[in-house]
Amino acid sequence: MANNNVFIALQNNEEARPIIEAIEQDNSEARVEYAPAMVKIDAPGRLVVRRETVEGLIGRDWDPQELHINLISLSGNVDEDDDEIVLRRGN
Amino acid sequence: MAANKRLSLREKYQKFTRDLAWEPTYQKKSDIFPQTEFEGIHIHDWDKWEDPFRLTVDAYWKYQAEKERKLYSIIDAFSQNNGQLNVTDARYVNALKLFLTGVSPLEYAAHRGFAMAGRQFGGVGPQVSCQMQSIDELRHSQTQIHTISQYNKFFNGFHDWRHMHDRVWYLSVPKSFFDDAMSAGPFEFLTAISFSFEYVLTNLLFMPFMSGAAYNGDMATVTFGFSAQSDESRHMTLGLEVIKFMLEQDERNVPIIQKWIDKWFWRGYRLLSLVSMMMDYMLPKRVMSWKEAWEMYFEENGGALFEDLSRYGIRMPKYWDVSVKEKHRLSHEVWSIFYNYDHAAAFHSWLPDESEMEWLSAKYPDTFDKYYRPRFEYWRSLQQNGERWYNNTLPMLCQTCQIPMAFTEPDDPTQICYRSSEYNGDRYHFCSDGCKDIFDDEPEKYVQAWLPVHQIYQGNCGGASVPEVLEWYHLVDDQDNKEYLESPDRANWLRWKGLSDAEADREVKAAVNE
Amino acid sequence: MPVQAMYEYKYKPLDIQENFHGNQLVYIGWEQHLMFCAPVCLPLPPDMPFGALIKDVLPGVYGSHPDWEKVDWDQVEWKLDDNAFAPDMEAGLEDQGIRHKSVIRFRTPGLNGIEGTAT
Repeated sequence: MANNNVFIALQNNEEARPIIEAIEQDNSEARVEYAPAMVKIDAPGRLVVRRETVEGLIGRDWDPQELHINLISLSGNVDEDDDEIVLRRGN
Repeated sequence: MAANKRLSLREKYQKFTRDLAWEPTYQKKSDIFPQTEFEGIHIHDWDKWEDPFRLTVDAYWKYQAEKERKLYSIIDAFSQNNGQLNVTDARYVNALKLFLTGVSPLEYAAHRGFAMAGRQFGGVGPQVSCQMQSIDELRHSQTQIHTISQYNKFFNGFHDWRHMHDRVWYLSVPKSFFDDAMSAGPFEFLTAISFSFEYVLTNLLFMPFMSGAAYNGDMATVTFGFSAQSDESRHMTLGLEVIKFMLEQDERNVPIIQKWIDKWFWRGYRLLSLVSMMMDYMLPKRVMSWKEAWEMYFEENGGALFEDLSRYGIRMPKYWDVSVKEKHRLSHEVWSIFYNYDHAAAFHSWLPDESEMEWLSAKYPDTFDKYYRPRFEYWRSLQQNGERWYNNTLPMLCQTCQIPMAFTEPDDPTQICYRSSEYNGDRYHFCSDGCKDIFDDEPEKYVQAWLPVHQIYQGNCGGASVPEVLEWYHLVDDQDNKEYLESPDRANWLRWKGLSDAEADREVKAAVNE
Repeated sequence: MPVQAMYEYKYKPLDIQENFHGNQLVYIGWEQHLMFCAPVCLPLPPDMPFGALIKDVLPGVYGSHPDWEKVDWDQVEWKLDDNAFAPDMEAGLEDQGIRHKSVIRFRTPGLNGIEGTAT
């Protein structure tokens, strides 16, 4: 059976907190796991990081590419534009 | 006058990268990109290269600068607060000596290698990716040097890492690894470094050192690790992208790439044996065993990856099964090399104490007590009589990986593994089938290997005696080398921490992970 | 192809015998004695009698091992480059087929390292 899990791993710090919260809000099937200094978020098939959601949480403009500052690792095919970064695998 | 509309990410990326390319009109493409064909790789359409991240130079500078600002303020704080005193034990610092002399120069080599490779690709996509990775790697070498410089003020062995990397016997192992990649063509370089090293094997270099730092109170190195992490995720995606791109461009590429995957898996695996010993023997507070790390990051993760690649006709790397057999022995065999030859190494070595041997015994139930505990106990009996034993005869080295021939037959841990080939009337020797295969495929390359032991015997390393060679290495005898318990590093540590001998030993016992 | 290159790539190997100032390299390994982590590499005169190797050179290499003084030289089993070998103690190395970068492996039956653990 094909494994279509995607994940994103972020540093466990103040900057990443609203990003993690936004991911939880926008991805109902996401599973969040806390490890030393790291937060790993897995989801089946698709995971989206949405600018609008993050901006709502932090109260300022946010560029999805700011993710690079706190990113540890990810898995899945990446697609990005001005509004979101999407990880995708399978159909 | 209407304000200019802001470009979307897609448009910006297109304009800043793809649209800057052009078709040459008065020079032949094969003259501009002379290395494109000699490796036998066929590329039909460079536009099929999918950039995983649409990072343009302006965004790159902005976010990298942000990471730098954060890093250097933490390094400053570390320095001002004498953060080096917070490590679990001064033995830990020897892992950093190995890192600075062995790994940081490879970051610089990667910087050069990606610049060289990027220049040779006829497509804009890989040109841009390689350029950014080249700058990333330069940044990594710089940040590592700055980070570790604090330790250089207080501990021995760090002072001439660049000089040592080019000369000292065990450092020819990482050096030759990257020289091999850089003297290959651009496609092999990317397969070797982007795919095999930065994707398949990256967790087995990065995680042990960075987690090792976190577990042992080394905030400086942890901070460097965080700063580099997102660069690494870009590198990983580049590695996966390059392999898929080449495999999808032409069926004829498949056997060439398989051969490179086999070669670079093996070369990378042998290089990582230095990390195996670091994990099992050099960290006062251990993260996990080499065996556990190999199972998690290669057997499981790697297995899934190659299952994914099987649709292109790619299989698991050759001799991967040997790596699984060796996982029970690797770290013990390699630590023994450094115990044997520590009089000529720029970091200290020591014997695991009883609590550490209990940990090793639990992690390696099939091999440690049977094959390795006896030597440590014997060496301890010598040390207790005031004789610290060293091996006073230079070792035989493997022609390919350049590691002393300490590896054993895959099915017999009591038997050194000997393999050899004849080429143009001369004999060459290898530690394994993996290394022999690499030589047999391109012998003209590996007969050029600068093997440290042979070079010493040729008189090219400062002289015939050990003191002369150490001086040529810029290694200070009785300061940078030899037994940790007798070292100035340890004496200083005890003084700084206000510890007696017995107290220092108790701290070591307490640090060992259950 | 002897190397993947864009031009005729052929150079002298770095370790040809003439680079060793009249010596040849010989590798020696004592089976089942892994306290010595790897076989050793020695530069030796090609005309050195095998007996001199045993009497004058090897004690300096292996003498620190507790098994060394118990070695019965009449029982030792030799291998030269993967083949069983019966050394001629009087003859020189080169004369009896020990070439530059040959490997000599010797086994001492009954002596299998510290507590018989191949150490």
